[in-house]
Amino acid sequence: MSELSLKELAKKPDLLCPGARLCAGCDEAIIVRLVLKATRGPTIVTNATGCLEVATSSFPYTAWDVPWIHSAFENTAATASGIEAAIKAMKKRKEGPLSTFEKIDVLAFAGDGGTYDIGFQALSGAIERGHDFTYVLLDNEAYMNTGIQRSGATPFTASTTTSPAGKVISGKMETKKPIDEIIIAHGLPYFATLNAAWPLDVVKKTRKSIEIEGPTFLHAIVPCSRGWRYPAEKTIEISRLAVQTCVFPLYEVNYQNGRPIYKLSSPSLSIAKRPESKRPIEDYLKSQGRFNHLFRPEKNVKLLEQIQESVNLKWEILLDKCGF
Amino acid sequence: MNQPKKKSELDLGAIPFKSSKEYKTGDWGVAHPKIDHSKCTKCTLCHFFCPEGAIKVREDGYTEVDYNYCKGCGICASECPVKCIEMIMKK
Repeated sequence: MSELSLKELAKKPDLLCPGARLCAGCDEAIIVRLVLKATRGPTIVTNATGCLEVATSSFPYTAWDVPWIHSAFENTAATASGIEAAIKAMKKRKEGPLSTFEKIDVLAFAGDGGTYDIGFQALSGAIERGHDFTYVLLDNEAYMNTGIQRSGATPFTASTTTSPAGKVISGKMETKKPIDEIIIAHGLPYFATLNAAWPLDVVKKTRKSIEIEGPTFLHAIVPCSRGWRYPAEKTIEISRLAVQTCVFPLYEVNYQNGRPIYKLSSPSLSIAKRPESKRPIEDYLKSQGRFNHLFRPEKNVKLLEQIQESVNLKWEILLDKCGF
Repeated sequence: MNQPKKKSELDLGAIPFKSSKEYKTGDWGVAHPKIDHSKCTKCTLCHFFCPEGAIKVREDGYTEVDYNYCKGCGICASECPVKCIEMIMKK
């Protein structure tokens, strides 16, 4: 597709306008801009409560150049299935405002709180019913909008305001919920992970997921300078480190004949081919203030080894699935 | 008891009706990027990495910063492959 080159995409106007009140250096805005650049034409967006919703729709301003519906925390996926059902019904009856469009892309954006914890049952139901929509999970690993509370997505040992690192605990003592495996187990037609450090990869995967009929799920890692405690200009650097240390590998999953086919994307594929290029997890943890307690006052070697082992194990399991 | 409302009488709910383009965020930052076009290779990565969409690509392929919206995060300067973007402190 010649249309999907950085040069051509740069000419396409942004559907998320400037002037939104997201923090400086917010990765959510980068991902959303890239995802919207991949849309084919008329698009309807639904958005769960969260940073993105609050910051882009402060009354009376809206940053969206597409029809946009805000739903409550728990029902983004339900709203998306409603939109899709309305389009179908209007087309069938050949009446109503949406009946004249040939195709309308339905996108749902939700944070990790709205996906891992609160919105999970609506999402699971919508995927099971097989509605044609693309769900984008913006995973910043805590409830950032309300003040960095722990969520199901917060990784092991990350310090948040409700799991503060101190003498008793070293941050959150539970592991991150394996949402990828849970979603893939639904048997949906397409699943992929996104990382803003590879913009063309994000756009290509999004276009693919929009073109595929049925529910598709995109999991984007979204570093948050406030919650992860790092200077705003390092957003993309940390995003990239997540892939280079294999904490957040980039891959896609298709179902063929009822069997999930795993495929690594090029940034992770090069690490799989050259294992020596995989960077130690310390590089990733050191760059973020939420893991400071692992290095100060002295290095917590035991916990660091434990984290490295669990990352290695997950990476090996993924490599097995991809046929390495 | 009140009569149920007809569809046309229902309230629309809260609808933000103005574009956020009217809300200039350019005064948020303490530093603003300056692009040195003599070193620029027209890779347009800064356009994609700008969270605000404040870096536009011109007709000639070079990028340009819209200082009305730039929040001064500095991602463009740290990610530029040829380091032709410099953050300059505001006076």
